[in-house]
Amino acid sequence: MNPLRRIFDKARPLFEEGGRLSPLRSVYEGFDSFLFTPKTTSSSGVHMHDSIDSKRIMITVVVALLPCLLFGMYNTGYQNWLGAGAVAAEYSFWGMMLYGFLAVLPKLLTAYIVGLGIEFISAQIKHEEIQEGFLVTGILIPLVCPVNTPCWMIAVATAFAVIFAKEVFGGTGYNIFNVALVTRAFLFFAYPAQMSGDKVFVATQPIMGVGLTVNFADGFSGATPLGQAATHAGGEMTLTNIVGDPLSLWDAFVGLIPGSFGETSTLCILIGAAILLIGGIADWRIILSVFVGGTVMGFVAHTFDSPSYPCSFLTPLEQLCYGGFAFAAVFMATDPVTAARTAAGKYVYGFMIGVIAILIRTYNNGYPEGAMLAVLLMNAFAPLIDYCVIQGNKRRRRNRLISKA
Amino acid sequence: MAEKVSLRSVLFNPLSRNNPVVVQVLGICSVLAVTVKLAPALVMGLSVIVVLAFSNVIISLIRNTIPTNIRIIVQLVVVAALVIIVDQLLQAYMYDVSKQLSVFISLIITNCILMGRLEAFAMSNKPWPSMLDGIGNGAGYAIILVIVAFFRELLGSGTLLGYQVVPQWCYDHGYVNNGLMILPPMALIVVACIIWVQRSRNKELQE
Repeated sequence: MNPLRRIFDKARPLFEEGGRLSPLRSVYEGFDSFLFTPKTTSSSGVHMHDSIDSKRIMITVVVALLPCLLFGMYNTGYQNWLGAGAVAAEYSFWGMMLYGFLAVLPKLLTAYIVGLGIEFISAQIKHEEIQEGFLVTGILIPLVCPVNTPCWMIAVATAFAVIFAKEVFGGTGYNIFNVALVTRAFLFFAYPAQMSGDKVFVATQPIMGVGLTVNFADGFSGATPLGQAATHAGGEMTLTNIVGDPLSLWDAFVGLIPGSFGETSTLCILIGAAILLIGGIADWRIILSVFVGGTVMGFVAHTFDSPSYPCSFLTPLEQLCYGGFAFAAVFMATDPVTAARTAAGKYVYGFMIGVIAILIRTYNNGYPEGAMLAVLLMNAFAPLIDYCVIQGNKRRRRNRLISKA
Repeated sequence: MAEKVSLRSVLFNPLSRNNPVVVQVLGICSVLAVTVKLAPALVMGLSVIVVLAFSNVIISLIRNTIPTNIRIIVQLVVVAALVIIVDQLLQAYMYDVSKQLSVFISLIITNCILMGRLEAFAMSNKPWPSMLDGIGNGAGYAIILVIVAFFRELLGSGTLLGYQVVPQWCYDHGYVNNGLMILPPMALIVVACIIWVQRSRNKELQE
């Protein structure tokens, strides 16, 4: 028996009924089943059992997010080096990684401490087991925020989202809206100056002696490609990186562009998508239909391009690679709790997310990115879509019976 | 003695246990609209108290002469006349606040609390209890308005009644006003929080 198991077994009486720490029972149970396997199995009835449980689902999603997280670290450092004009002279892969790691670590910790703290407290109050739901949310939150978001904002937004988007609905598995996106939406509407614009997406200060100082003054713009497109006025539109060199679609695909921490690299997102699909976590129907919807709407917008909506000059492929579209398609739209559940409904749900994301992005210049709002909107419609699909099925079966009779 | 107790409950019940906003969930639209700043919320609350008290008294005085099938129209005429008076007074003496409240003073006419109290109370009670009922319900509405506006102005603008409350050094250290507080969704969520607190304190309100 390993030592960890022994510690847990020794501590068990403290947490059981009548023990000194019995109010913290669910904390104990949570850690116990997180580190080992749940002790209880069902004792009656026949159960078809799959080895996949919510713990395994969450861990798989976290693994699928790792490429994005790692690339986000590298990109944060890369943008910092690039802004300081030092990529060629002082290129240092590990320096960039370390810089990005130091930049994201406080945000990751903040999101986990605040979110898990609230989950633990509410589990104690409700006398329920602690759910694993926040494992993924906690890593998603720093990934969808600009790198310069202050930690206290993340703390406030996480607390808001966990309480009002999740706990009041009954906790993990009962939420209507994607918790990570509610966090981002809260930040976006509450602190717009810190969530968009041309200053927030590039870290400009050295952190603990790592990294370089970027001077905003000398012709430097940290605007994301979509931010540039939204504020573009007149003439040929050329998207540039932060030091003014033109950007290719390849740069955007690989992800070496300014943007929210983990969502710049379409390549890494596709790796994550592959992990999710092979692991059987995400549904390919949703991912595929989001991309189809985005392509269709991007094509429509590009066909009817007009100078008053500069985003419509982007080709459909560029629409898919820039901004948070791919990230939303793979990691946000596929959230099994908030997505549509019927197979036919998933096509409609995903397609509408794709269409609305590009629609908002193109035809509302105030919002350079629409993926977040599109997913949240369709979260609200998912139950309705399912209802319609189920009613349709029932009607078809009834008609079949009638025609037979 | 019995009447005294009931008079007191007529006045004070609407403040908490039978609050028109958080228990009966009436008049929500104006709670969303006028609570961005504390000053307009105070004025709005006062206006509703005045209009509700007077219209309750007037309707109660003439309750036995109103033909039943046109009573809603009569009630509307009384409320509309009072609302116009209040609106004109505000425009004359508090022009800035009246500008901020814009159409919402006039929309007191459509406030469900008024029609509700006229129908439910003034039509079947004497003038004095009706007046207390009007004041009580108006005050219940005003309390919620002021609480919501307090939090929205404090967190959304860092001010109270226009005076800077959040000190400058907070801003210097990176504090930023919460822009979402200015937007209507936060009014709903603040009202929801008030309901939450109230329900968890009053067990008999829990459903």
